[in-house]
Amino acid sequence: MPDVLKFHFDVDGSDFSSAGEASVLVKKKLRQLGYPADIIRKVSIAMYEGEINMVIHANGGTADVEVGEKDITIILKDEGPGIPDISLAMQEGYSTARENIRVLGFGAGMGLPNMKKYTDSMDIDTVIGKGTTITMKVNL
Amino acid sequence: MQLNDLCKALDLSVITGDTNKEFNGVYVGDFLSRAMSCVMESDLWITIMSNTNVIAVASLTEASAIILAEDVELIEEAKNAAEQNGITVLSSSMTAYKLCVEIGKFTENAL
Ligand SMILES: Nc1ncnc2c1ncn2[C@@H]1O[C@H](COP(=O)(O)OP(=O)(O)OP(=O)(O)O)[C@@H](O)[C@H]1O
Ligand SMILES: [Mg+2]
Repeated sequence: MPDVLKFHFDVDGSDFSSAGEASVLVKKKLRQLGYPADIIRKVSIAMYEGEINMVIHANGGTADVEVGEKDITIILKDEGPGIPDISLAMQEGYSTARENIRVLGFGAGMGLPNMKKYTDSMDIDTVIGKGTTITMKVNL
Repeated sequence: MQLNDLCKALDLSVITGDTNKEFNGVYVGDFLSRAMSCVMESDLWITIMSNTNVIAVASLTEASAIILAEDVELIEEAKNAAEQNGITVLSSSMTAYKLCVEIGKFTENAL
């Protein structure tokens, strides 16, 4: 078994202002480890969007990042309301964000499309009323 | 191009951070998830959003600086976050459009 570097974060769902902190920390770590800029950019975008979604749509959750030899895996797990229609949620511009969140700059409906675009694989496992787990991989 | 020179030429106020660095392109917009994918490393990001989340996006995209248009003020919490993360935040009374025009002129002169 090759060495896998793991990071775990609890993402606070009550504090919009600290949303994104876990992503910023992961980015700094990957930089220290000397990963290429394009890989760091992909991981940063994908993880940030997923982290923010947990905060604004699902009252928080957990984020796990596993840095392997072949890829970097990001797992975002929440116990929020779930996503009723995944293909609708994946559409650019689709958002259920309310006005109080839109004034902060969220709600373009670009988060999930960004996650898809900047990762090599993305899997959404969602159950209404139970929660959502999103697993993304960026190949090294 | 040098950020210092741009600050002088356009009379930008420094809210926090270092201006002794380079910048490349410019992105204008207020939606965070659009900025997230469009702000490139060393870009200037012109926005009227001034909450802490803007600082996280600038940090993740490695923007050279945020320029707050229309004299928008940075809230204290966001200023602290900017200081902690080494993000440069500038401000101007100009609108985003006017800033773009002026930066365009500056860039042409610099070439
Ligand atoms: N973890 C989640 N739990 C429940 N619903 C979610 C979750 N993530 C996304 N959604 C739903 O999918 C929609 C689209 O998400 P997406 O990230 O693309 O846009 P947004 O978060 O609304 O806006 P933006 O990301 O551009 O700020 C959301 O508005 C929300 O309804
Ligand atoms: Mg989103």
